[in-house]
Amino acid sequence: MRELTVDVAIIGGGPAGLAAALEVAHRGRSCAILERNTELGGILQQCIHDGFGLLRFGESVSGCTYAQRFIDQLEASRAEGARIEVLLDTMVLELTADRDVWATNPTDGMVHVQAGTVILAMGCRERTAAQVLLHGERPQGVITAGAAQRYINVEGYLPGTRAVILGSGDIGLIMARRMTLEGIEVEGVYEIMDHPGGLARNVVQCLDDYGIPLHLSHMVSRVHGKHRLEGVTVAARGADGSPVAGTERYVPCDLLVLAVGLIPENELSKQAGVELDPVTRGPVLDDTFMTSVPGIFASGNVSIVFDLVDYVSESGELAARGACDWLDAERPEEPAHLTVNASGNVGAHVPQRIQAGDTVRDVRFFCRVKQPAARVELRCTAEGEVLARERLVAVAPASMLSLTAQVPAGVSPTIEIVEV
Amino acid sequence: MAESTYTCIICPRSCRIAVSGMPGALEVSGHSCKRGHDYALAEHTHPVRTLTTTVAVEGSPLRRLAVRGTAPVPRELLRDCLKQVNAARVAAPLRMGDVVLANVCGTGVDVVASRDVPAS
Repeated sequence: MRELTVDVAIIGGGPAGLAAALEVAHRGRSCAILERNTELGGILQQCIHDGFGLLRFGESVSGCTYAQRFIDQLEASRAEGARIEVLLDTMVLELTADRDVWATNPTDGMVHVQAGTVILAMGCRERTAAQVLLHGERPQGVITAGAAQRYINVEGYLPGTRAVILGSGDIGLIMARRMTLEGIEVEGVYEIMDHPGGLARNVVQCLDDYGIPLHLSHMVSRVHGKHRLEGVTVAARGADGSPVAGTERYVPCDLLVLAVGLIPENELSKQAGVELDPVTRGPVLDDTFMTSVPGIFASGNVSIVFDLVDYVSESGELAARGACDWLDAERPEEPAHLTVNASGNVGAHVPQRIQAGDTVRDVRFFCRVKQPAARVELRCTAEGEVLARERLVAVAPASMLSLTAQVPAGVSPTIEIVEV
Repeated sequence: MAESTYTCIICPRSCRIAVSGMPGALEVSGHSCKRGHDYALAEHTHPVRTLTTTVAVEGSPLRRLAVRGTAPVPRELLRDCLKQVNAARVAAPLRMGDVVLANVCGTGVDVVASRDVPAS
């Protein structure tokens, strides 16, 4: 049994948790990172591909390198005396609204952390076969894109010889290329929507480069194989979501890779009584990234699924600042809040509300659009006045948008997309 | 030379850009900005891609090490480069940036470790 008392307990040592820890240390406060895996870095460690860090480092690096740079900073910071405790192989079992964290690991047995504040940084999970209504049998060989990525990039195994990919999110596209280069034949990518789920960049460099077809408005209507996957039936998807008669086609394969979306992992948040937003599926946050439970903050993909890790790191820093400010203010009573409105094409967004203080607030907004659009302006408005604006040549649901606005005291801001 | 079309990856607008004509007198159409024009021209004349893969590791709790080219390689050489890199083996410990394979396939590009590798 190990007892710890820290200013900030950070649950998760991926990009959000690492950035949060560094910011907490920068503010001279103590923190503990509780990480489930045996090393820091989170999912970045299996992302061997390029394209990370353009905003943060001004260059494109691999996921592993992005993580390593933060781990190096953390080690350097610790060497200079920063009070950052890292507990690896540590599974958090319980989180209370009073910021008691109960965890377990093979070295200490039970771990009890009494924290001044908590930053949730658990990331997200992939939607699994059980969550996408796949009809047919339940053979071996149906795995998520992230699992395929881990088998290939970390463990060094090839999980199949001929693959079908369901869903065209970025991880699915990245894995189409990765599997192809490792000798797995990728028959095609099937997407139920009428547009790709991932970025155009990945469609071009991961599919077009290798002649892998992308079938839009298509579905996997049946899974075949008693023990091992033998094939799938694919079909055009009708408006009612069922297969269009006469379009079914049998595709032999021993691997079905699912890239069908990510869901913030909020089991611990729910335990602590944190209110969740049905749109982001993460905690309802205010402009300090504090959840509905005072003293519990959230950052990274547990709060909203970001597209770029650079934003994940930034949100970790925002939550760390929020947590440190809250401690500096000696744990104020729960503040009054004003709703952040989203209008028109703006879908998922954080923060969902801002604190109703008596001063101007610098607010960093992150949002996604519902539909692709061209020549638009992203605006933050309040009481008929435009507080911040950014012109965008094009927007798409796959890309996160961000905007910083100075919101006057006592007004409720609106985030909107306007055609210009 | 026949007309070829490219999907621009510079911004989410994803313009379909056509390149036609003979080398030295190429015509670009369908782009909305200079960056798109330059992207399509580069894709048409000398497409390059960044090489990332893994190599086997000995003497470490890690089984595979993620590696990356220090610069992009010509797209048509990507598979040959990967073949050469995949034959490499490394021994722990290594530091991020350590060269795993120098001058892969004579491209002048080094392949380096993407992360630290602890020894077991």
